[in-house]
Amino acid sequence: MRSFTYLRFELLRTLRNRRFLIFSLIFPLILFLAIAGPNKNAVEDGISLPLYFMTGMAAWGSMNAVISSGARIAAERQVGWTRQMRITPLKPSAYFSAKILSGYMMALFSIAVMAFAGSIIGVRLDATQWLTMLGLLLVGLIPFAVLGIMLGHLVTVDTLGPTIGGLTSLLALLGGAFGPLVSSGALLTIVRLLPSYWLVQAGKSALGGAGVWPAQAWIVIAVWTVVLTRVSVRVYKRDTSRV
Amino acid sequence: MTSSETRSASIQLSNLTKSYGDVQAVRSVDITIHAGETLALLGPNGAGKSTTIDMMLGLTRPDAGSVTLFGSSPADAVKAGEVGGMLQTGTLIQFMSVRELVTMVASLYPHPLAVKDVLRITRTSEFADRPGKKLSGGQTQRVRMAIALVADPDLLVLDEPTAALDVEGRRDFWTAMREVAARGKTIVFATHYLEEADAYADRIVLMARGRVVADGPPTEIKAKVGGRTIRATLPDVDEEALVAISGVANVERRGEAVILTCDSSPSCDGALRELLTRYPGARDLEVRGAGLEEAFLNLTGDQDDLHDDAGAL
Repeated sequence: MRSFTYLRFELLRTLRNRRFLIFSLIFPLILFLAIAGPNKNAVEDGISLPLYFMTGMAAWGSMNAVISSGARIAAERQVGWTRQMRITPLKPSAYFSAKILSGYMMALFSIAVMAFAGSIIGVRLDATQWLTMLGLLLVGLIPFAVLGIMLGHLVTVDTLGPTIGGLTSLLALLGGAFGPLVSSGALLTIVRLLPSYWLVQAGKSALGGAGVWPAQAWIVIAVWTVVLTRVSVRVYKRDTSRV
Repeated sequence: MTSSETRSASIQLSNLTKSYGDVQAVRSVDITIHAGETLALLGPNGAGKSTTIDMMLGLTRPDAGSVTLFGSSPADAVKAGEVGGMLQTGTLIQFMSVRELVTMVASLYPHPLAVKDVLRITRTSEFADRPGKKLSGGQTQRVRMAIALVADPDLLVLDEPTAALDVEGRRDFWTAMREVAARGKTIVFATHYLEEADAYADRIVLMARGRVVADGPPTEIKAKVGGRTIRATLPDVDEEALVAISGVANVERRGEAVILTCDSSPSCDGALRELLTRYPGARDLEVRGAGLEEAFLNLTGDQDDLHDDAGAL
């Protein structure tokens, strides 16, 4: 009950933050319309180009949303707000959950906007395929949500913007959000170890056939999540025991 | 310890010690605070007040020693909502109005005060709908006070609470605090103003260089640190003649003016009488309390510390 009120205000704060709106919704939307609009009937990576870029841009925007949400901890640390929260009965787990949930809320917005834009341009999926795509995106975002919390304990407010923007764009680019980077060879093997690759593949995988994600995707997402969680726990402990 | 003893000694700091690198911030501090007491931690900057408070709240882990709040660890007392505080750091978070912020903090505590009342007491009502980032320093401090008050904890810990406040803000702050104390709550505040500690605390713990150097009621502490100076325009008088006045510890000449330092308030009274008897021409007389920092140094003594440091090595 107590955590619920806290969560409500956390969501409210997130909604009022314009930076979220710009990087998680508007940029991906503009890019999608610019690329997919004139190429409605083209094919990319074996599927329709609008579907490919719709998923790619949804992946980019939602990644941005969940990473930035956790990374805002950096700002709260800098002004001493986290110390103030640490002397309230709010549990650290509730504090972090609120960050993750508000990130997911913005991610859902981003995905919904891209899906809406996609269906206008001509992306046609049945209900199961839409839901599968959504489910895969939400699962694929887990390591990025943890990454955000980790960055929130490592990055200073001054470097927060460039770090998140650069890192998210790089991961999105390597993952193929702006078009497949490589289609074969050793480079593909490496790229397939990135969670962002599988995030971008959510659209293609949702079409079924091969059966959602291959085992490798689940393993990649799980390993990244576990590793990033461990690092986050460590940086959190270092941060709270030092001062 | 029996349960009644545990209850009356609501806060127990035993042998608290903390170093940051080579700096010994807090050195074996022992303080027992009883429920309902208003205690001032008085000391100059760097005395170890903030570090002591951080350890009391569980924000910093002591190198040695322990803290007990109402019979449990700081972490458990914080979890139970028994503790509230106002820390030295910080502006407020963005994108939330003052009212929302106070409401949010209130929701985290088991028995908060009504938000409306707290906004009124702290005089934040008039800008309650403004976002945190658009407030002045004084307004921000009032909001932080509201955040600490709304929790209505059994123990309220305040680290230099009036630092950014103007005269009116200070008065409002202490009016609110008196109300809190009247309801039997325990208040611990850090300050470097002797007047503030004297006016609002039942008891003063004097800290210098990480140590407790005195602990007692304000009158007692005031007598200890109440060194005074007399300043007078008095040309053509020998400094040696002035030192001879009983009660005068030191004389300094600044042009036509002289500054006499006395050990205590009574000795200053005597010295002043004698000065006027001997030199009726003395004018522009000014008597004031010596700087707290000087008083602390006199009380602790540099040599003492050098010995200890050498011993520690």
